[in-house]
Amino acid sequence: MTDILRVDMLTRHFGGLAAVSNVGLRLAEGELVGLIGPNGAGKTTVFNLLTGVYPPSAGTITFSRDGRELALGGRKPDVVCRAGIGRTFQNIRLFKDLTVLENVEIALQQNHRYSLAASFFRLPPFARTEALVREESMELLALMGLAKVAGEQARNLPYGDQRHLEIARALATRPTLLLLDEPAAGMNPAETAELTGLIARLRTEFGLTILLIEHDMSLVMKICERIYVLDHGVVIASGSPGEVRANPRVIEAYLGEEV
Amino acid sequence: MANPMVRTLLTRGVPLLLLYAVVLAGLNLGLIDDYLMATIATLCINIVLAVSLNLITGFTGQFSLGHAGFMAIGAYTTGLITIAVPTVPGFIAGLLAGGLLAALVGFLIGLPTLRLRGDYLAIATLGLAEIIRILLNNVEFTNGAAGLAGIPQMMDWNWFFILTVGSVLLIRNFLRSSHGRNAIAVREDEIAAESIGVDATRAKVLSFTVGAFFGGLAGGMYASYFYFIKPDTFGFLKSIDILVIVVLGGLGSLSGSVIAAVLLAAISTVLQQFTAVRMILYALLLVIIMVFRPQGLMGSREVSLRIVGRLFTRKPTEPDEPEATR
Repeated sequence: MTDILRVDMLTRHFGGLAAVSNVGLRLAEGELVGLIGPNGAGKTTVFNLLTGVYPPSAGTITFSRDGRELALGGRKPDVVCRAGIGRTFQNIRLFKDLTVLENVEIALQQNHRYSLAASFFRLPPFARTEALVREESMELLALMGLAKVAGEQARNLPYGDQRHLEIARALATRPTLLLLDEPAAGMNPAETAELTGLIARLRTEFGLTILLIEHDMSLVMKICERIYVLDHGVVIASGSPGEVRANPRVIEAYLGEEV
Repeated sequence: MANPMVRTLLTRGVPLLLLYAVVLAGLNLGLIDDYLMATIATLCINIVLAVSLNLITGFTGQFSLGHAGFMAIGAYTTGLITIAVPTVPGFIAGLLAGGLLAALVGFLIGLPTLRLRGDYLAIATLGLAEIIRILLNNVEFTNGAAGLAGIPQMMDWNWFFILTVGSVLLIRNFLRSSHGRNAIAVREDEIAAESIGVDATRAKVLSFTVGAFFGGLAGGMYASYFYFIKPDTFGFLKSIDILVIVVLGGLGSLSGSVIAAVLLAAISTVLQQFTAVRMILYALLLVIIMVFRPQGLMGSREVSLRIVGRLFTRKPTEPDEPEATR
């Protein structure tokens, strides 16, 4: 099986602070991998480096799609997204004043373009493409159980639905690799269990490779095939959930917390 | 009534045509004198200016302080071309050239500044408008500070109607397309927009360039109606005037901009009789509105002509399609 993502010696300094140093990651196609670590370990910074929010200070990010390898280090976020990496955010970043449908449409329309003239003069490609985008968006919303609230403003959704909408919006970009930043944050155990099932389902349905950051150990241990543990910006352990759980350095990093 | 296109034309077209006919009749019957027509002309120009600035500032979230600069480019281009070719085709070419030149300048100033996050555009546009004004004051072929006189007056009510309605309609179509939604997404959350594949720089530059085009067009309308232009007409205060209309109507509401432009035109007409205290009352009114409605008259909501149109189509129970643009 080929690696869809190869990260080598990834480093990012903020002033004198090395938020991430020499991080290496490998993701095989179709894998579901967890990235865990205590608060401030640099997990979200790794995501931000992978998606181009910050350029790396050093290191390489290689993403492969359809047998072609792309060097993504330092590329802009929209370029990374169009390459095939979708993401969600730890602190939900929806377009809050727009409707649920519009949130998904904006992501989806990036793959369905028409000219400026078509939009000014409502030429045939406009109506055709808009109908297509709307239809595909509604399908995606139905899949995520959000079809009924398609016309609501995103800000009015309950918290759990907002998380679902963020995932729907990321899926609308047609990614092959999905990065989920604490998808279960703020959810109760029942919601987390539901989310666990959803992630597994989406993975098969969309043929996704998933890298997820999570604090909720039950979720990580249950669905991740491999886990990377980050502490102070360094990968201190990696392996299967069983291996990671037994690793003394991991236990130490979590200050004796049961993992 | 089955055809949605026909219905749209009826519900929105009928009130507009009625407005057109009323003013036309007023002009022919002598009920609208030169002074009132000048007010209507200024109103139409202000609507185009405000709607195009709202596209940049309200919908795309980019603060621009130099809209009068684009207006100046359009005004002088249209003026010079219609002086050289005083015919209707010359006038149309002048308007288009003015808009396109303004768009080109907008593109060139937008490209470097809009790549950055933050309010660099405000400073750049402020500087740009001043540079344009000072250039026009000092170069020979625009007749410098004395101004450009004797521009053939091609604008009449027909042209004002076509150009104003056309501009608002085109900008509305733009906003309710994928291009417009990209721009709105950038305003809402630039990082999130980029993370789903929106090229934020492209979206911002596109909105700004389109806004600049219509700013230039409005300048051309001004030059051709008032047939005399001078650089100081397009100073910083003019940019602020336009911004006031946009903020008053509501950032992100096209109909708000139109309503605010009408309201301000009405207020200044009424206040005309209190010459001494006119500006004080005007300012006071703005302060009061901003205290009680800081989000502007319309916030980011839209009101459609359909509401008026329903009076004519006798289908009051027809359900609303959702207003997509905000």
